[in-house]
Amino acid sequence: MLIFIAKRFGFMIVTMLVVSMLLFLLLEINVDGVATKVLGPYSSQESREIWLQDNGYRDPLVLRYTRWLGNAAVGDFGDSVRFKVPVGDVMWPRLWNTAILGFWTFAIMIPLSLTLGVLAGMKEGSKLDRVISVTGIATTSVPEFASAVFLSAIFVFWLKWLPGTSSMSGGFSFKELILPIMVLVLYDFGYVARMTRASMAEVMTTHYIRTAVLKGLPYRQVIIKHALRNALIAPFTVIMLQVNWLLSGVIVVEFFFAYKGFGALLLEASLNQDIFMIEACAMVAVFVAVGTQTIADIGYTYLNPRIRFS
Amino acid sequence: MAEATATPSMPAPTFGAALMRAIRSFALLRESWVGMIGAILVFFWIAVALLAPLLAPFDPNATLIPMQTPGAVFPGNATVPAGTFWLGTDQLGRDILSRVIWGSQTVLIYAPLATLSAYTVGILMGLAAGYHRGWMDDLLSRVADIILSFPVLVLYIIIIATIGASGVVIIVAITFASAPGIMRIVRGLVLDLRNRDYVAAAQTRGESAWRIMLVEILPNARGPLIVDACLRLGYVIITIGVLGFLGLGLPPPDPDWGGMINETRSMAMAFPHMVLYPCFAISSLILGFNLLADGLREVSLRD
Amino acid sequence: MQFDENAPVLEIKNLNLSYWTRAGEIPAVIDFSLTLYKGESIGLVGESGCGKSTVAMAIMQYMGGNGSIKSGSIKFKGVELNDLAPEELRQLRGAEISMIYQEPFAALNPSLTLGTQMKEVPITHEGITDREAHDRAVRVLGDVRLPDPERVMAAYPHQISGGQQQRVVIAMALLSNPSLLLLDEPTTALDVTVEAGITKLIADISKQYGTSQIYISHNLGLILEVCDRVFVMYSGEVVEEGTIKSLFTWPKHPYTHGLFGCIPLPTADKNAAPLKPIRGQLPLPHERPTGCNFGPRCDFFADGRCNSRDIGMTSVTGSAADHRVRCVRWSELDFAGKVAHGEKKLPITIGDTVLEVVGMQKYYEVHDRSIAAIITGRSARLVKANEALNFDAREGETVAIVGESGCGKSTFAKVLMGLETATAGEVRYLGTNIGAIPVRQRTPKQIGSLQMVFQNPSDTLNPSHTIGGQIGRVIKKFGVESDKVKIRERVLELLDLVKLPRDFYIRRPRQLSGGQKQRIGIARAFAGNPAMVIADEPVSALDVSVAAAVTELLTDIQREHKTTLLFISHDLSVVRYLADRIVVMYLGQIMERGTTDEIFQPPYHPYTEALLSAVPIADPEVTKREIVLEGNLPSVMNPPEGCPFTTRCQHKIGSICDEERPAVQMASDGHAIACHIPLDELRQAEPVIAVPKAKERVNVTS
Repeated sequence: MLIFIAKRFGFMIVTMLVVSMLLFLLLEINVDGVATKVLGPYSSQESREIWLQDNGYRDPLVLRYTRWLGNAAVGDFGDSVRFKVPVGDVMWPRLWNTAILGFWTFAIMIPLSLTLGVLAGMKEGSKLDRVISVTGIATTSVPEFASAVFLSAIFVFWLKWLPGTSSMSGGFSFKELILPIMVLVLYDFGYVARMTRASMAEVMTTHYIRTAVLKGLPYRQVIIKHALRNALIAPFTVIMLQVNWLLSGVIVVEFFFAYKGFGALLLEASLNQDIFMIEACAMVAVFVAVGTQTIADIGYTYLNPRIRFS
Repeated sequence: MAEATATPSMPAPTFGAALMRAIRSFALLRESWVGMIGAILVFFWIAVALLAPLLAPFDPNATLIPMQTPGAVFPGNATVPAGTFWLGTDQLGRDILSRVIWGSQTVLIYAPLATLSAYTVGILMGLAAGYHRGWMDDLLSRVADIILSFPVLVLYIIIIATIGASGVVIIVAITFASAPGIMRIVRGLVLDLRNRDYVAAAQTRGESAWRIMLVEILPNARGPLIVDACLRLGYVIITIGVLGFLGLGLPPPDPDWGGMINETRSMAMAFPHMVLYPCFAISSLILGFNLLADGLREVSLRD
Repeated sequence: MQFDENAPVLEIKNLNLSYWTRAGEIPAVIDFSLTLYKGESIGLVGESGCGKSTVAMAIMQYMGGNGSIKSGSIKFKGVELNDLAPEELRQLRGAEISMIYQEPFAALNPSLTLGTQMKEVPITHEGITDREAHDRAVRVLGDVRLPDPERVMAAYPHQISGGQQQRVVIAMALLSNPSLLLLDEPTTALDVTVEAGITKLIADISKQYGTSQIYISHNLGLILEVCDRVFVMYSGEVVEEGTIKSLFTWPKHPYTHGLFGCIPLPTADKNAAPLKPIRGQLPLPHERPTGCNFGPRCDFFADGRCNSRDIGMTSVTGSAADHRVRCVRWSELDFAGKVAHGEKKLPITIGDTVLEVVGMQKYYEVHDRSIAAIITGRSARLVKANEALNFDAREGETVAIVGESGCGKSTFAKVLMGLETATAGEVRYLGTNIGAIPVRQRTPKQIGSLQMVFQNPSDTLNPSHTIGGQIGRVIKKFGVESDKVKIRERVLELLDLVKLPRDFYIRRPRQLSGGQKQRIGIARAFAGNPAMVIADEPVSALDVSVAAAVTELLTDIQREHKTTLLFISHDLSVVRYLADRIVVMYLGQIMERGTTDEIFQPPYHPYTEALLSAVPIADPEVTKREIVLEGNLPSVMNPPEGCPFTTRCQHKIGSICDEERPAVQMASDGHAIACHIPLDELRQAEPVIAVPKAKERVNVTS
């Protein structure tokens, strides 16, 4: 088991390295382009050349990469072209904001989808199952920007209960978080619920559940002790991978509601060609994504006795 | 058991026969009302996209009278004949109905193309990885894992922001991001199917590896793959919508539902119609594909 | 619930079970009646679709979403089960009525320890403490002869072998002292020698615990060993019931009589007394004929009498008590106690040697990734799948390769077919050493002349292509014909050869039954006029009557084309029937080889002896010596240094068996035994299977 964990972490590091190399190549291979983006399109050839020399851009590619990697590892990503301050100063607070949004989204979404999924899968084909399944399909069919529009129309324009943007200009306000969280939960719960339902339905048709029933165990015990233990392994992995999804989904939501989060930052950086910010955000995003995947893998192995004790 | 004495005709593998089988399999959907509804929605939008030039009352990019409510009448001018703005106009005066209709064409050209491209790459990779195993499988799976570890939208944003947005870039980006997922699914199916006796029979005949993969194995994987294809079309449509919404989609002036929604949402308080109709449009199309996928899955399970 | 301890344990009267599908009602079991007394064991035997498993599920009142009990009564100790509330049923299950399943691994929860799964039975039903439950479980595990019960309690299902899993399932069923045990094909998924141990255990347990049993199987031989009475079912109905002695010696129903004719009993001989398949096919559930379900296939069918109205069970007078039959003509039919046989056939003349295997060896490299292996530097291990194989086969001969899982027979088949190449040694086929030539490098003629029939009929054909297309492709690939019209002709000829209608050409596998698919598999193998065909367990997945038909087909084709048949199987009954010579393999090595007669008589290799003892034989007058193997199958990665059989051998003589590979002793020219025990001692063994001569039989007139 330990070997497995070590291997997974090793792979994680390799992935990060490969991704960082590709990123670096993609964004910084054209040194003139870099200089133009940093100094602006109207800068002169001379000033660009001086800048390039000063910042070590005339060094060989490998050296530049290693230097960048080394700096990144300690958190020094350079200065943001747009904000003119170290990248970290802008990025970390934004990441924290997104973390808050993600936390509350998961806190609501996970219990909701697991419960609905288990209930639906327990009685496959029943009315409840039908309703939950179709609802899940329907909500997953509405893209976040569309559901944001619908929800805004209802809660902001018609009922006037909630504010239309979430820029937190007056300090932290939970009310401003509600709509973004609703959009995210609405879109994702359907997917997780359906995965859980599928897993539960499959478990309910297995022979070992039949054995448990024919042993005369009370139904509650069959579900809780025998079925859930096996049915929840797959959804666990799915949920861990939802962090990866969240990093994408959050971009649209933050953009829509003007929430000062990590996703919006990445988007703005890309649109504004703020190179160092892009690199930093991408690396952090990949780190979070790969990290949760690794944890998911390890967790899945741990939860599955067949693999753990083999 | 009576023996038939007439020699049967060899079934010609014509396109006609294949089409008949495809139509018959859609008839199976009759057993799943969910799938039927999905199929109806999808065919509705395909019809709209195909008949766009006939259905759209106005040129989608023509700026006529801004901010008209649905049902307002256009009296006509020197170049444009009279008509009704059935869904109103946006803040630049473009007819929403025409833009929605033409937008369907954009979506229904790019999404299938991107999906098809992703599937071709994904199937080839998945077949090779699942059938040959060994170092090829290790390598392809690792590459797939690396690509899949990226949050999808982050990937798109970085690629498009760096290279620039165009139809081809979007298709390539979607292929790049989707192929690994498809590869994983195909690989899983191949790993299961390659142990069947009929594959062993083909191997003992000395058939070539690619023939076995494409003729013996792939046709038997079509069930789950067709379901996945419908679902994936839905995802790709969402992706195209999101990219349009974020301003990273196809360059204007082509009407693109995502872009439309972004442009008009600031007016939503006063003129909800501008933003709501494209939202309904894109949601119904994606819903169609999702319901169709669910229906197909139900039907294939019953087989 | 008040039980009446004086009533029969189980009393089923006129039970009718149906399934409800979109196509309407499908009757699964019709007019089923059965009475089971305390301590008694009844066998339910029949082929697929006869309804035997459905009856078990009905007793448990667990027929699934779309099945239900249409009418009839099921009384357990006087209590009507159909009337019980769900809570009362729950109390019965596991405590009074327990079930044992076909696939033990699937029946156990992979995420809970075996101890947990076992303890919950008495804890739920009797309210005892965890400690008490633990002790009782350990005791019962000892009763089912599992060594080291404490370790088993703490283990997960995947950590023990198939035979051990089934013992745990049996133990779990016995924990609360049930009065009734339902066993649904409990040994089908297990190896032969393991099966023997479990069968014996089941028979003993019944005596020890006083449980009554209903034992469901398709294998008449197993029923003979375990049960007191037997019910034969066909297409949803019981067609005959009686005591073992009475029914096995004097079957009265044509179907029962026909069934015995399909089983390769010791008295069958492929030339002098071949199997007699039952003609026709099982009717589909919604297409059953009026009157006798078996009518259309019965040689004694009388129009007007057999198909006019429903037929009930009548008692057979003048025989042992409770022998009943569902036939209007039973009193007119006299099978004279003889088993049905087909017409005599000409034996094949054996020709020259076709295949010579000399010292063949096949090792696989496996990379062990555990820490221990890396440290000791032994991270690449060798799996010795085939070791020192020596034998040959001649034209027209049938050579059987016998062994259980892990013996290396499939690896050998793969080397022959070219899917693998031999690590050492030679495999000379028609003069060429094909052991060194992988299939992609063989000529089409070479490939066409050596083909294989596979085990699993449902997988043997590609579901996406038509029959004609698939066979046609094979013909083209072997270079037999290249012209489209000629190819089609040849396909149709092959369909004739395997006695299938020509219009199967355009059908897809989905539309064929298991037996028909297997016939197509045979047609495909013979497409290139092969000189040798390898048949890998070709009939073990088929029903008895279908298997008989396919076996006879194979021998007929072989006779016509003088093909050499290499028959791989674990079923010694079929092997004895078909094979001219036998090779017995264990863990990659040949233990014994010789002619069929030589193998079935002493001198025996100890493993052969155990295998012979494990074969269920459906002849009540045949006696067998009982030999049960103890010990575990060693892992292929870690075989013993000496004789591979040493961990389980019942005649192990000492440490020499662990350390030294036995030398091959020749008992006669062609009969080789690899054992340390001297030949003279082996010759003195008693025969394992004793078949009485015709004159000595009590109940047979010749």
